[in-house]
Amino acid sequence: MSALLSVADVHISYGKVEAVRGVSLEVAGNEIVTIIGANGAGKTTLLNAIMGILPLKGRAAFAGTDLAPLDIEDRVATGLSLVPEHRELFASMNVEDNLELGAFRISKATAATSLEKVYALFPRLKERRKQLAGTLSGGEQQMLAMGRALMGAPKLLMLDEPSLGLAPIIVADIFRIVGELRAAGVSVLLVEQNAQAALRIADRAYVMELGEFVLSGAAKDIASNERVAASYLGFQHEGESAI
Amino acid sequence: MNTTILLFLLQDGITNGAIYALLGLALVLVFAVTRVILIPQGEFVTYGALSYAMLATGQVPGTVQLAVGMGLVAFALDLFFARKALRARLVARSAALNIAFPVGLLAVTYKVAGPTTPMAVNIALALLIVAAIGLFLYRIAFQPIAHTSVLVLLIAAVGCHLALQGLGLVFFGAEGLRGPALSSAAVTAGPLRFTGQSLAVYGLTIAFIVGLWLFFGYTKTGKALRATAVNRLGARLVGIRTSLSGQIAFLLASMIGAISGILIVPITTLYYDTGFLIGLKGFIAAIIGGLVSYPLTAIAAILVGIVEAFSSFYASNFKEVIVFTLILPVLVLRSLAAPAVEEEKD
Repeated sequence: MSALLSVADVHISYGKVEAVRGVSLEVAGNEIVTIIGANGAGKTTLLNAIMGILPLKGRAAFAGTDLAPLDIEDRVATGLSLVPEHRELFASMNVEDNLELGAFRISKATAATSLEKVYALFPRLKERRKQLAGTLSGGEQQMLAMGRALMGAPKLLMLDEPSLGLAPIIVADIFRIVGELRAAGVSVLLVEQNAQAALRIADRAYVMELGEFVLSGAAKDIASNERVAASYLGFQHEGESAI
Repeated sequence: MNTTILLFLLQDGITNGAIYALLGLALVLVFAVTRVILIPQGEFVTYGALSYAMLATGQVPGTVQLAVGMGLVAFALDLFFARKALRARLVARSAALNIAFPVGLLAVTYKVAGPTTPMAVNIALALLIVAAIGLFLYRIAFQPIAHTSVLVLLIAAVGCHLALQGLGLVFFGAEGLRGPALSSAAVTAGPLRFTGQSLAVYGLTIAFIVGLWLFFGYTKTGKALRATAVNRLGARLVGIRTSLSGQIAFLLASMIGAISGILIVPITTLYYDTGFLIGLKGFIAAIIGGLVSYPLTAIAAILVGIVEAFSSFYASNFKEVIVFTLILPVLVLRSLAAPAVEEEKD
């Protein structure tokens, strides 16, 4: 099976500073892939560049289409969707309007079924559908951001730190839903600092350090890797330093 | 002063205020969606008014040729920016909008223009011409620099204003023009006499405000425009083209400007440069509304109209001074009330 998203030898710079160097990555259909790494490793930069928010050097293709000439809006139309770290909701509009706009590019009939699905995944959003997005709690805003992205019926959902700043019980809920997405036929590319939770639901993982992938493989293997365990999972093995 | 004069002045103020309200709403709309402070709004008013007035005398206004010229430039820009991924559909769409639409308009105008053309046709033509100019103005002057700062956009807006005003002199000459009234009917209520024209002003203003409210509250496009205003990146991430939102905002603003012009040109003589002053008064209302609030802008516009009416009665030499001085206390209050805001970086 060919990869849904394939990124090869990508470099991304902010002016003269190269934030991502020579990174290659693949996500197949029905797969959850996670990128873990410390703050500032370049994970968010990579997602933003794949979405078209930042320019990248290298090859990036999605569903067989070269992404280079496409704007953000065109990438959305090919079935690529990003839930950014800051969520970027329409704060002064209500939950239902936010969701409705998530389906901006698709037909009304498809949007109606999408809405049903999103409300089934996030019953909380249905309860709050007339509330303004800006007045929701952090967890609800994250749910709304994911719901809005799902309204466009994406093939690949890229999630940037969905658990950031949320209560553990909500984090568990969000990771459970990410797991359910795979069953619904949506691939997920998940960037997380909460490596433990991410590795538990992911099929494969990449470990990013200072703009490069230092390790990749099946999530199970990564989780049991000593260096990863020491650096990101908080376990310490005999004779190993935590750094 | 007696009650009759008071009522007259109020009536006059409200009629003018209604026009300022329309213009103020357009300014708020454009600023919210594109961050452009639309200085050329006044030119949309003059172009609409004077194109209508010229059409009414059976002449073809130069604005229609300008629309064709701007369309050609817009088409060239579309091709240039899409040169890396030129697709037939894109070219066809761009050609239809930028070439076929204004050329069609030109052809129709030449065909139907004459002293006996029905008023409704003249109004429709004037509206469409100005709408095309507004649309292409965004494409040519603002879309390529949409991501720059508010200041750069403002400078571009001033440039557009000067260019359009100069072209206005070429098209309409230095002499003022008046257009035929929409209706010669009049209603008398007590000491007040409402002309059909002023009733049309009230009616259309209210219709536009209600229409805009429905558009933004209940249509997908309207909501997408609001979303662009609230969060540009968020809008792009759901696939809303911010350039399209900008075009729609300019289209609405130019049509609102043209309507305002067509409404006032039977009441006052308009010159090629009158629009600027009228637009500025809408701008004052928009500033009082903080460039964000539609209802506040509408109320402020009525206030501006009333202040103008009374000051032209008491101190007509200082009419404009008094009106524009209104903005000072508002700015002082706003700057005291609001914390310093740094412009967003993106």
